[in-house]
Amino acid sequence: MDYLLIQMLNGVQLGLLMFLLAAGLTLTFGIMDLVNLAHGSLYMMGAYFAWTLIGWTGSFVLGALLALPATFLLGVVVEVVVARRLYARDHLAQVLATFGLILFFNELVRAVWGPEGKSIAVPAFLDHTVQILPGASYPAYRFALIVVGAAVALLLAWLVARTKLGMLIRAGASNRRMIGALGINIELLFTLVFGLGAVFAGLAGLMAAPIASVKIGMGDDILIVAFVIIVIGGIGSIKGAFVAAMIVGQIDIVGRAFLPDMLKTFMDPASASGAAPAISQVLIYVVMAAVLVWRPTGLFGQRS
Amino acid sequence: MTGRSFGRAIIAAAAATLALGLQPALAQQSVKIGFISTFSGPQAAIGEDMRRSVELAVEHLGGKMAGKPIQIIYEDDQFKPDVGKQRSEKLVEQDKVNFVAGYIWSNVLLASLKTVADEGDTIMISANAGPSQIAGELCNKNFFSTSWQNDQTPMAMGEYLNQKGVKNLYLVGPNYAAGKDMLAGVKRTYKGKIVGEDYTKWPSQLDFSAELTKIGSVKPDGIFIFYPGAHGVQFVKQWAQAGLNKTVPLYQVFSIDAITLPQQGDLALGTLGAQEWVNDLPNPQNKRYVEDFKKKYHTYPSYYGAQSYDAIMLIASAVEALKGDLSSKDKIRAEMKKANFKSLRGDFKFGNNNFPIENFYIQEAVKDPQGMMTVKTIATAVTAAKDPFADKCPMK
Repeated sequence: MDYLLIQMLNGVQLGLLMFLLAAGLTLTFGIMDLVNLAHGSLYMMGAYFAWTLIGWTGSFVLGALLALPATFLLGVVVEVVVARRLYARDHLAQVLATFGLILFFNELVRAVWGPEGKSIAVPAFLDHTVQILPGASYPAYRFALIVVGAAVALLLAWLVARTKLGMLIRAGASNRRMIGALGINIELLFTLVFGLGAVFAGLAGLMAAPIASVKIGMGDDILIVAFVIIVIGGIGSIKGAFVAAMIVGQIDIVGRAFLPDMLKTFMDPASASGAAPAISQVLIYVVMAAVLVWRPTGLFGQRS
Repeated sequence: MTGRSFGRAIIAAAAATLALGLQPALAQQSVKIGFISTFSGPQAAIGEDMRRSVELAVEHLGGKMAGKPIQIIYEDDQFKPDVGKQRSEKLVEQDKVNFVAGYIWSNVLLASLKTVADEGDTIMISANAGPSQIAGELCNKNFFSTSWQNDQTPMAMGEYLNQKGVKNLYLVGPNYAAGKDMLAGVKRTYKGKIVGEDYTKWPSQLDFSAELTKIGSVKPDGIFIFYPGAHGVQFVKQWAQAGLNKTVPLYQVFSIDAITLPQQGDLALGTLGAQEWVNDLPNPQNKRYVEDFKKKYHTYPSYYGAQSYDAIMLIASAVEALKGDLSSKDKIRAEMKKANFKSLRGDFKFGNNNFPIENFYIQEAVKDPQGMMTVKTIATAVTAAKDPFADKCPMK
């Protein structure tokens, strides 16, 4: 039972991290109709900014807090210099241009920070394990990730559901031409949303840094899963991204933690341990395909 | 563009083409070595370490082999088999190199083997990757290794675990060619019980929480891992953060080394690994290499670098023996096979499949007197080990 609970916590933690990344992606895709492959680069830049700022300030929390406005500014610059010119173009042009951005950021990081990865240590006050049940302990840092991730998800839910900006975001996601016609300053809204997406990506990057490592291309690996999440959740929907991220987090953990044993109940052990990794690796894509058959616009998609 | 400047451009282009045509004649003067490694992306630090060692080798040779200048052409495989193959093809066909060396990744090497060794009839030296196929049925007279066959290092680890009396073991590795070879390797020699075996998504999986939770519930006597480069950093960090560093010892191959240790830091202290070369091996050429490397780059070299250094020295031994005459491939192959060079490992000789027959050591992650993380030899796991696929190779 403890084992099950801890594995579920692992899934929640993974899901929340993915949600932070997917939230920005679904906003830019849903509102600006921009396929931004370079979203993973913002995730990476958040982690590198945090690494530098933590080094300067000597404090994890302070460095992390300073890295957020830095990533926001970077997001704004990317929007004004590159992304803005892509909204009117077709998806192919967007994919090409933002892929170019990935290469640019990867090489930029190599030039500035060097090819070897960087390491952010877990802050001392979280560098232990907590007893969540008798006999079941969990790394405190991962627990903190869950708390911060959940708090940010709530904040975002409040922002989208209760504020003027949120209203505009929702309006933009369902019909962006209409809000332009109503006299809303679309350019400013787009810049803000892009910057906001960058902040969440950067936050995900810097929070993942102590459990992973800060390295070139760290966002590229994780971006594919973020795309799967926004497709499952419905493009443009924050709620969808949250639900889908939770589902994907749990499925990923189930595939890795339980599938080999499940297969062993009806297969011989050798072929079960051979088949399990293959199956668990495609599991989220199978779920995505199933959701798309059932609901072509995703779980909470608004557009047809 | 005006008519006149267009005309000039054509003349310039023609001149450039002519100059290109002349290049092979000039190139005869130098010994050309193509070097394939990963110089961009997340694994670029390994390629950088290899490049540094190649440059140090060239420096130690005085920039010349048998009086001819050495020309190294570096190509980036981008960590992708298709790109590696294409770059190898470029080196052989366009640059007409005398030797192609390098190759970190087994899948890149397998994709490039035919292009270089068969179609290109060019001597190929792997400075790292050692897939079982090339040691066995795909062995090739043009292929030489200055590293090992993938199974050998984990096999040495398995032997050591037997000696130490570790009763049961949990295996974790990435789901690709080398990952499967490494886990199969430890299973070949390890006599205790395997209580779990997980393969993780490669290279995209960076979270090991599910695997570590499983390990925590199984409570094995040890974990065996293979996670090269950045992945090794992640696994070791998460293993320590989960508190398992206090309960389950970590045994590794290729996951804790000079490249990853600065990032793993204290978390890696005391972990044991198997390796065919360690920076403290007591032979004069190794002392010189490690000292000069540290002086030049202010960090420890890794086995990737040591194997690359050996690759260049092996080439030099053949070129010197032939007095720089590289016209006969048969003669080059015969000289290469002699392995008449001073390896950083000490004694070095090739088996029938052109893979080295060598010792493997057990190394512990420690802090040096200056507080820098490094590894030191604590035991010899196996001596003069031959890889298990050599018998499948038809070469004698």
